[in-house]
Amino acid sequence: MSLAAAAVAAATTTTPPALAAVETRGFLSPTGVEIAFLLVGLVTFGAAIVTVTTRQLVHAALWLVVALGGLAVEYLLLTAEFIAWVQVLIYVGSVVVLLLFGLMLTKAPIGRSPDADSGNRWAALTVAVAAAAALVWVVVDAFRTTWIDLDGPAAGSTKATGESLFQNWVLPFEALSVLLLTALVGAIVLSRKTKTESSSPSVNSRGATGSSSSVPDSRNHPIGRKGQAEQEGAR
Amino acid sequence: MHIAYPVVLSSLLFCTGLYGVLARRNAILVLMSVELMLNAVNLNLVAFDVWLTKAAEETLHSGQALTLFTITIAAAEIGIGLAIVLAVHRNRGTADIDKLRDTAEGHETDGPGGPDEATVTTEPAAGQTEKAEATA
Amino acid sequence: MTTTTLAVLVPLLPFLGAAVGLLLGRTAPGFVRPLAVLPTLTAFALAVLVAVRQGGDRPVNAATELTPTGSIPIELALHIDGFAALVAVLVGLVATCVQIYSTGYLRDDPRYPSYAALVSLFTSAMLLVVYSGDLMVLLVGWEIMGICSYFLVGHYWETPEARAASLKAFLVTKLGDVPFLIGLFALAADAGSFRITRILSTVADGGLDHPTLVALLLLSGVAGKSAQFPLHTWLPDAMAGPTPVSALIHAATMVAAGVYFVARLLPVFAASSAALVVLAVMAAVTMAGSALAALAQDDIKRVLAYSTIGQLGYMTGALAVGDRGAAVFHLLSHGAFKALLFLAAGVIIHAAGTNSLAAMSRMSNLRARVPDAYWTMTIALLALAAIPPFSGFFSKESVLGAAEHAATGHAEPIPGAAGWTVLVAGLLTALLTAAYATRLWLLAFCGKGAEAPDHGRQPRTMTLVLWVLAVPSLAFGALAYGTLPDWFDGDDLAPTLTTSVLGTGAALAGGLLTYTAWRYTSAMAVRVPLGAVAAHPEGDAATVEAEAIASHAPAYGGTASAPDPADPARLLLGPLHRHAAVGFHLDAVYSALFVRPVQAGASLVRFLDREVVDTYVHGAGALPRLLGAAVRRAQTGNVQTYVSALLAGTVVLVVAVLVVATGA
Repeated sequence: MSLAAAAVAAATTTTPPALAAVETRGFLSPTGVEIAFLLVGLVTFGAAIVTVTTRQLVHAALWLVVALGGLAVEYLLLTAEFIAWVQVLIYVGSVVVLLLFGLMLTKAPIGRSPDADSGNRWAALTVAVAAAAALVWVVVDAFRTTWIDLDGPAAGSTKATGESLFQNWVLPFEALSVLLLTALVGAIVLSRKTKTESSSPSVNSRGATGSSSSVPDSRNHPIGRKGQAEQEGAR
Repeated sequence: MHIAYPVVLSSLLFCTGLYGVLARRNAILVLMSVELMLNAVNLNLVAFDVWLTKAAEETLHSGQALTLFTITIAAAEIGIGLAIVLAVHRNRGTADIDKLRDTAEGHETDGPGGPDEATVTTEPAAGQTEKAEATA
Repeated sequence: MTTTTLAVLVPLLPFLGAAVGLLLGRTAPGFVRPLAVLPTLTAFALAVLVAVRQGGDRPVNAATELTPTGSIPIELALHIDGFAALVAVLVGLVATCVQIYSTGYLRDDPRYPSYAALVSLFTSAMLLVVYSGDLMVLLVGWEIMGICSYFLVGHYWETPEARAASLKAFLVTKLGDVPFLIGLFALAADAGSFRITRILSTVADGGLDHPTLVALLLLSGVAGKSAQFPLHTWLPDAMAGPTPVSALIHAATMVAAGVYFVARLLPVFAASSAALVVLAVMAAVTMAGSALAALAQDDIKRVLAYSTIGQLGYMTGALAVGDRGAAVFHLLSHGAFKALLFLAAGVIIHAAGTNSLAAMSRMSNLRARVPDAYWTMTIALLALAAIPPFSGFFSKESVLGAAEHAATGHAEPIPGAAGWTVLVAGLLTALLTAAYATRLWLLAFCGKGAEAPDHGRQPRTMTLVLWVLAVPSLAFGALAYGTLPDWFDGDDLAPTLTTSVLGTGAALAGGLLTYTAWRYTSAMAVRVPLGAVAAHPEGDAATVEAEAIASHAPAYGGTASAPDPADPARLLLGPLHRHAAVGFHLDAVYSALFVRPVQAGASLVRFLDREVVDTYVHGAGALPRLLGAAVRRAQTGNVQTYVSALLAGTVVLVVAVLVVATGA
């Protein structure tokens, strides 16, 4: 524990009094967990890059699945197992499905679309690379001597997380459920047609007119279901 | 495990999402990029939570709790965001962010804005005809 | 009531009538006519009463100082001597006649309420000028008259002639009024008071330091107001106003105010022989030139306007030879018969549907249509031509007699040159006056050609006042020349034999000459058809007149003259006719001297403002506009661009903070 305390001190002050700690854990001698983390991280990062650059919109959503799944694996490697499963459940299971629905409902083109990126691309690239450089520089500089101790009992087991959540965080948790309810109602209100339009027989003509005209009606249900699913998932 | 691994990965993912938000044209792809950014933050939270749980004997698990909250809020955000995108698509006939330029200063924006505006003005009419078909 | 109270009421009543008339004009149209006529009529009666009570005795003086006004006090003062009392009676009589006449003349005019109120206001101001014993108060009335004249000349403001004429009248009289004001200040500074009595006593003591300067400054104002050369050009143009206004303001009263003013302050002018000579030359040029111009005019009212200028020249001539009794005598008789001439001319214009003599000379039987106007106008024209025993004869002879008196050196301080100038010009003008009076009469009433249109009888209000005014035109001179010296300075006003013979002979010669010329030319009138009549001959007289004024220039090629070979004046004047018709090009001279420089200056100022000053303003605005354009270009409406810029800025700031924090 004294080493860990020294590491905390090192992290906060970024002065090197804990050179001994560095020596005990060589930076250039990665452990197995680190190697696994690195590999999965590369896959995740690559998938994220493809997600934001691919010209096929549906592929972007699928690559997003890979990136989010990779993140779930990273959570597992960090011993946060409950978070990992929640991640798989909500993101991979529902959010991506929701996004795919959105793509379909907005008549996103299947296949390569040449104008997936706006004219802002180079400015965006500049900003992103600059931000990445600044962030990486800062975090590497700040946490040069900080180590995570992954031994011992899992820090993110379901038991530990549940105890913490329902002992210390129960009030924000309940407030969050209200927020979800509000989001549910808001989504319904936003996607509902106006009163005169909703009374029109557009439901009946859904099959005849194809996808786009039936968008407003069919949209309510997935969002509603999604909200409930999210609530359940969050619990 | 050196904390640089998750933190650097988190930074890179965040900036990737950032790039997506700034560069993507389709609003749903922008939402995906936002999800990427949120997940980068989640990874950061989890990593620091695990570190602090062991290093500072912190038992509140605030990082993991916040991660759960973030995931929940992200789900709500994606629901509302998609509803907005669909409403825009229904009204405008497009989900492209750079065509939604009603706040542009006058019609004097030359360059790339000019032809886009022309399409913006014509496309609502197309959406209306579609709606007329739907109600027929 | 004391005479002072009555005298205060005289100007006050028309003023109250004007104020109430302006207030009630729209809400209670039924009161407008009584409110126009009754105060003026009462003021006239009171003025007669004041004149009877004053009776030519010692002047009535009363003064009250409302508030201290600095080193030279300004007082509300009355100074009523024989001149003031009689001129007030004339003003009251003509104003009453004009108000009554106007009720018929502007019968259907929608602007009658404001018109009547302005006439009342004018009457009040004129009476104030007449009664005032303080020069500042007099000046107030003087300027109110000017502004009323401006409004009333512009009564037919739909016609461009009336608009231009009102502006011209205002500006030209103001051109004289500015030196006039300075002259008043100089006079008051020398005398230490604005009171007429004190000024006169100062002059009598020889206390005036700059008599010539003061007199010449005052003379310019008098020339502007009384339409004397060279500031007379506004008066013929002012005939674009309604005829009753011309009768009241531009014939009988306001234009006489200048003469009256000089008559009141004659000792001030007499103190400077140079001023008297200037006055005499001014009078002579005015008389002769205006008579020639009158002979060439085609518009009947412009003939009368030039005639007014000439008769005012007689009055200033009388003043130049130091006889204010003769001047005011002629003022009184002229006021009566010139008002009558104008009012009768208004009737004729209404009946004929045109104001052009050339057109009238091609109408037969006009005299049978308007018998009242025919007879009264004949009387007034005889008075104008100074044929005995009409009133004009006696008053004009008194002027000529005074001039002869001065020319022969019997009036000692008066330079003999002034006397000779006035006398010769007066005799020449007598001939010309008779000539244009005869021409006017022959062309208007002895026309040959188509029957004059019959519009039925003229309104009784219009014909009645003609006879009222015909009485003094006929008899005033013969009755008054014996008694008037008691009211005035005591100088004899009876006609002398020499001037009577000379003047009457000149008049008869002028009349005969014109008649002969007319006999010769009138045969041509049939061969050259000419004329245009008003579009709405059944409308009220004001409508007909406005249309006649508006159509004169397009129909005859000018407001002043008509290309009529049957005009006897063409034969009489020969090559001079062309110049006389346009007033001897004085307007062109003014245009070159004043109008064009002012317009050039205005365009220069406009150039400086538009091109020079605005350049700086535009220059000052250019940089912000440039910045604005740049910033506007950034407002593309593309949210992603905005967020990119925001995040780029954030990164830059964060890096900057880090660099500073780590001390790198």
